[in-house]
Amino acid sequence: MHMADALLAPATAAAMYAASSVTAGISAHQLKKDDEPQKLPVMAVTSALVFAGQMINYTIPGTGSSGHLCGGMLLSALLGPQAGFLSMIVILTIQCLFFADGGLMALGANIWNMAFYGCFVGYYLIWRPILRGKGGLSTRARIILASILGCVVTLQLGAFSVVLETTLSGVTELPFGAFCALMQPIHLAIGLVEGAVTAAVLVFVYESRPALLRDVDGAGEGRRSLRATVAVLAVTAALVGGGLSLLASADPDGLEWALFGNEEAGYAANMGLDEERFGIESAAADRAAAIQESTSFLPDYAFADSDSAAGTTVSGLVGSAMVAGAAAAICLAGGFFRRKKNP
Amino acid sequence: MNKAEQALRELHEMDALAAGDSPLHRLCPLAKFLFTAAYIAAVVSFGRYDLARLAPLLLMAALLYQLAGIPVGKCFHKLRFVLPLVLAVGLFNPLLDRAPMLTLGGVVISGGVVSMLTMMAKGTLCLMASFLLMATTRVDALCAGLRRLRVPGFLLSLLLLTYRYVGVMTEEVAVMTDAYALRAPGQRGVAFRAWGSFLGQLLLRSMDRAEELYAAMLLRGYREEFPYAEAAPCAARDAAFLSVGAALLLLLRFVNVSALLGGLLMR
Repeated sequence: MHMADALLAPATAAAMYAASSVTAGISAHQLKKDDEPQKLPVMAVTSALVFAGQMINYTIPGTGSSGHLCGGMLLSALLGPQAGFLSMIVILTIQCLFFADGGLMALGANIWNMAFYGCFVGYYLIWRPILRGKGGLSTRARIILASILGCVVTLQLGAFSVVLETTLSGVTELPFGAFCALMQPIHLAIGLVEGAVTAAVLVFVYESRPALLRDVDGAGEGRRSLRATVAVLAVTAALVGGGLSLLASADPDGLEWALFGNEEAGYAANMGLDEERFGIESAAADRAAAIQESTSFLPDYAFADSDSAAGTTVSGLVGSAMVAGAAAAICLAGGFFRRKKNP
Repeated sequence: MNKAEQALRELHEMDALAAGDSPLHRLCPLAKFLFTAAYIAAVVSFGRYDLARLAPLLLMAALLYQLAGIPVGKCFHKLRFVLPLVLAVGLFNPLLDRAPMLTLGGVVISGGVVSMLTMMAKGTLCLMASFLLMATTRVDALCAGLRRLRVPGFLLSLLLLTYRYVGVMTEEVAVMTDAYALRAPGQRGVAFRAWGSFLGQLLLRSMDRAEELYAAMLLRGYREEFPYAEAAPCAARDAAFLSVGAALLLLLRFVNVSALLGGLLMR
């Protein structure tokens, strides 16, 4: 779900940066009030743990696709929403800066789409009400319910935000509804998988050391040592990283799957990428077909009065080809001189 | 090569590049960061059909790469993260926007094709810019620069510390995976019995180390925030770099240099 810079208009990116920055500022302020300097290493290690977990692809059974651990729910259940939000910011920043996973300018939007919903919506609207609610459910069942529901809901919100931001930026011709129809079901599947992973991890934490979890009975009783925290996190990491690595696969992730499709299952046809096999009916496919028909029956539309416009475009192309050629020449020359300097 | 090794290699490569020396490496991190932000903003602010106008920005990036002594090709394997989502959004443009835009040697090119190519070019240019920033700036220097932009110190300390843990943990995962694979030939992944102990032991060790590291930090006078002793002050040349760069970006943004050049050539 990491967005690239090219998908956002500057105004959209700036708005998302502003929203994320304000939330981060408030979170940092609230954490400062708690005054727990020893929380910093715990947050750092948990972030590194989620980072490692995100390098693993989890196969979604039956589709040949795979998703990642989103981490927002996991972090806010372990650290609380404010600390979880800051940890997610750090993870996303490291992914952006060192792995180019998500653009620098799109970072604000990515933080909002993945960290804000996962931490604040997931915690205040789902995790806490379910864990503190009255009723016959056991804590274990509540954790499972909250994890799965939380991951599904927050991922749906995140995917919807991606659609909204991209459409507002005006970079795609894809109608809003069709884009939604493409993104939401895929992220429903991913959310279910992430929810299951998160649930497994959190139930394990609950059974070994419930005091670590927010809003679980027994939380806050006794002073837990850093070493005990370490032990639980170790097992958590084992479950996330080691345990589920069997499920990890080299399959492309959900977005690539949505795009390139799964040939055997006929999804490429579904998305209308393959004109020969317009098999499955959908609003998007119908609309694409309609537009294709209406434009292809007007072959001389282009040549009516666009000579001058085409002229300027061609000169622009020629000029840009020259400039790009110069860029390539400079790179080649630079490489030549570098080789000469240190053979 | 396993995934952890791959990630580790990329981290090490960035570190090694950032530890190099060039006029660009020596610039103050804040100036480089601000220029990168301006460059990316300029790139994405172009219209959806402005493919030709992006070329001078490519030239600019190519020049800066040469100035830094970094081969342009180094950044392209990172495109695997950038292009999928860009393609996912952009691939529909040629199907949905079929209004012809220009003819090139008898071939009609539709607006959708141009807008898709523009989007891909924008993605590539933005990647080139942020890669160059990280390839010429050490992470602690960048954090020092960000601190001066009033980014909360707690967040930056967390970033630096997490960055360190990521390196340590990924390295050990890579070594352990190799060792495990050598002792379990022909077996795919870690066996069920070893699920818990495999990464768990590693994390125990890493966290023990982290606890000691934190104690050591406290003993060396760590108080809430890392002191940025080597934060280089911005000098006149940094201001010059930033202002010349910003002026060029403004020029390229508001004057169609490509069309002017092409017009000269075709007259």
